[in-house]
Amino acid sequence: MVYSAHTPVVRDEMLRAIGVQNIEELYVDVPAGKINAPINLPAPLSEPELIAEIRRISAQSADVLTHPAFLGAGAYNHFVPAAIRFIQQRGEFQTAYTPYQPELSQGTLQAIYEFQTLICELTGMDVTNAGMYDGSTSVAEAALMATVINRRKRIVVSDALHPHSIDVLRTYADGHKIEIIATANPLDADLSDVSAVIVQQPDFFGRIADLRSAAEKIHAAGALFILVYYPIALGLLKSPGEYDADIAVGEGQPLGSGVNFGGPYNGLMSCKNQYVRSMPGRIVGQTKDTNGQRGYVLTLQTREQHIRREKATSNICTNSALIALGSTVYMCMMGKAGLKRVAELSYNRAHYLAEQVAKIPGYKLHFSEPFFNEFVVEAPIAPADLNKRLWDEAGIIGGYDVSDRVPNGWLLCATEMTTKAQIEQLVALLQRYAEEK
Amino acid sequence: MEALIFELSCPGRIGHSLPEIDTDDYAAAIPAELRRESLDLPELSELDVMRHFVRLSQLNYSIDSGFYPLGSCTMKYNPKINEDAAGLPGFYHLHPMQPEYEIQGALQIQYELQEMLKALAGMDACTLQPAAGAHGEFTGMALVRAYHRSRGDTDRNLVLIPDSAHGTNPATCTSLGMTVISLKTGADGNVDMAVLERALADNQGKVAGMMITVPSTLGQFEPNIVKIADLLHAAGALLYCDGANMNAMVGEIRPGDLGVDVLHINLHKTFTTPHGGGGPGSGPVACKANLAPFLPTPIVAREGDRYVMQTPEHTIGKVRSFWGNFGMHIRAYTYIRQQGASGLKEVSRDAVLNANYIRTQLQDTIPPAHDRPCMHEVVLTGKRLKQETGVKTLDVVKRLMDYGYHAPTIYFPLIVEECMLIEPTETESRETMDGFIAAMKAIVAEAHSDPDLVKTAPHNTQLGRLDEVTAARDPKLRWLPSDPRDAESNWGSGRNPNQVSKLEPLNRD
Repeated sequence: MVYSAHTPVVRDEMLRAIGVQNIEELYVDVPAGKINAPINLPAPLSEPELIAEIRRISAQSADVLTHPAFLGAGAYNHFVPAAIRFIQQRGEFQTAYTPYQPELSQGTLQAIYEFQTLICELTGMDVTNAGMYDGSTSVAEAALMATVINRRKRIVVSDALHPHSIDVLRTYADGHKIEIIATANPLDADLSDVSAVIVQQPDFFGRIADLRSAAEKIHAAGALFILVYYPIALGLLKSPGEYDADIAVGEGQPLGSGVNFGGPYNGLMSCKNQYVRSMPGRIVGQTKDTNGQRGYVLTLQTREQHIRREKATSNICTNSALIALGSTVYMCMMGKAGLKRVAELSYNRAHYLAEQVAKIPGYKLHFSEPFFNEFVVEAPIAPADLNKRLWDEAGIIGGYDVSDRVPNGWLLCATEMTTKAQIEQLVALLQRYAEEK
Repeated sequence: MEALIFELSCPGRIGHSLPEIDTDDYAAAIPAELRRESLDLPELSELDVMRHFVRLSQLNYSIDSGFYPLGSCTMKYNPKINEDAAGLPGFYHLHPMQPEYEIQGALQIQYELQEMLKALAGMDACTLQPAAGAHGEFTGMALVRAYHRSRGDTDRNLVLIPDSAHGTNPATCTSLGMTVISLKTGADGNVDMAVLERALADNQGKVAGMMITVPSTLGQFEPNIVKIADLLHAAGALLYCDGANMNAMVGEIRPGDLGVDVLHINLHKTFTTPHGGGGPGSGPVACKANLAPFLPTPIVAREGDRYVMQTPEHTIGKVRSFWGNFGMHIRAYTYIRQQGASGLKEVSRDAVLNANYIRTQLQDTIPPAHDRPCMHEVVLTGKRLKQETGVKTLDVVKRLMDYGYHAPTIYFPLIVEECMLIEPTETESRETMDGFIAAMKAIVAEAHSDPDLVKTAPHNTQLGRLDEVTAARDPKLRWLPSDPRDAESNWGSGRNPNQVSKLEPLNRD
């Protein structure tokens, strides 16, 4: 075994110290014939062989740093400063457990407290938990939280939420007899006896809406307003708090994580003060030690599974702490000016892209509403074919195929990582393809 | 202690390097009704940020810095090659929505990991989707429910769970809308077969399954496990195994051979992906063929020389966005490829060896709760120590911090009085364990000679015991300059010579 500390001599000495002749004597309780199972795995590799093998496999995939990429759809290629991974990889953060022993975990605890504060500032919400699995599970947990708060069983959700969020919401709702009503216009729906209305801003198609009257309408019906946000967009756009959302959730990946083939990410969850005791997940609070020094602990734990067991409303016991740490470092490095700049660059480059693509014969913007950094174009041919051709001929990672929602719909995205030159390269190719016809 | 990052902020300071705007400034035209008015994030240089977080890191205890015998958590060494592998651009910068022909490497990792976990678990199918152990429990029990429903067996909503189980087990059932029947554990720490048989007889046709942890949370292998599986199956129910303790079995015992129908596997325990201070983890679920049609979407399959994502025929749906915690899949894959079957067998054997070494070397100091061989972890009980000295195990573990060790688990299992759950893991040397054993003996001696010394520990950590009661009663969950409690924070106290001397709150509107 690699990473073993024992020599054969030491093992024998330890067995003697324990008082047995061989290791099998310690397996007395295992039913006969159930140990020594034959297991078919590839032969072990040494470290140099292994890294060569892994590099060979990773080269079978095409990354968004090497290739121009116009793909968003819930995962966004924003700049990740080098310092973030350096801090995340410090063993003191990376190889610590959940901070149940606060005297030995002040680093993790204070970082989470800072994370909570930063997300409160970003969202304009009162309280934020330490994090969830990802954006989609945050949406589902927020919906369950609403049903616990107002004891209603109907959830109205915009059908322009990320489709994975709606799918996960349905999986989580199953078993609670919760009805999920997905609609294009949630604010026009019948809200009587509705527990919560869930809206995403920008929505899955990149659109942004004026939500200033949403809360009033939702609250008048006795329902809660759950707003799903894109954290980078909050560098420019009104926050969930300004829209008077009751619960704000989002995908934390854009704040300092690579797109990482979909995970690990971190779910962001905040709420108004009055709902904090119904919020799932870990929360860090400030306190003092026996000498009156400021310190931090996990708090309000009576909400959680390890105390409440079958009475807990969620079974979650992780907070994607290391991803949250990366987001904390990201927000501290960006500061107010940097986050705004990232949002502006993303917005501007997406709008430049949209303007250029819309000029190409056969291409047309599908929606007329304002958008942030993502938009749907109707392409003259199937988006899947377009993506394949761009990849084969130019090594370009195209947009997301939404032709199941919009005929020949192609969801294109730009961030500060999408250069003007890359945009012009894409536009020139599309222009050429259009002229071939 | 370290200042809060907000207290280090200096108006106008920049810690980032971003491109200039090189297109028209379309954003300038965003209408006021959509635009936010203010955003107060701290303003720092990159060096300010680095020093702050490096100093915070130094306030943490970690596997990389010392022995971490936290029972049920499997705090083993996390190999660094895992990190190099997961950081390769073809993985870390791969977009989840790229077409299949651009992501073959990632799919190969996922496919082969599914196959390897199936082989280790003795199961027929596997999903990598769940993001954590508790998420794996949720997924696994959703499979059990879907299986019964598919057979029209819709009355089965009860789940049997031993009272020694992790809190996540009952919470999982509740989050699925299932009802828990708690089974009282026998005096020997094992499932009381009479209690189990009675629960099944009293609830005929209503039991969906049983959630069992193997080895149990008491560190014992359940001797009747095969019989338990048979009883459940005869009653039309399924057996779920909480795989939190897989480190005792990996490479040696396959849960599928024991009659288990479905289990989750914590990649962050047995398969060395780092705990990260509380996540991210990964909790793949492996199951027998009868549950495979219900697995969450997608699973990865191989068609000729291509890897493809597939949706199982009767899938329970999606349990999270995208394709699971892929970064953890790479790390676990790397670890398994490096160990092979022979290496993993030694892993579990050495884990069992080390736990029994601690059990026997400490049995005259703090006795085990059950006097028999343990598996990969051992539960001690400080009941006698408390009676003799008034010192609780909470005090003992706080004093252990003064000796440079992380505390074992004491809040769990709930059914052992004054418990200490110790899991050394296979990567620790005899010398390390001897040091720990000596410290435990010294503390027990102190408990007799100077109990107050132990009761007021820790004494050598940066902070003393923290007031958790006030924290919960009067929650302060964020820094806020307008909060009077932040006015009294130790700004500019000069405790940290590296700290900037001028500390100003953020400008706020």
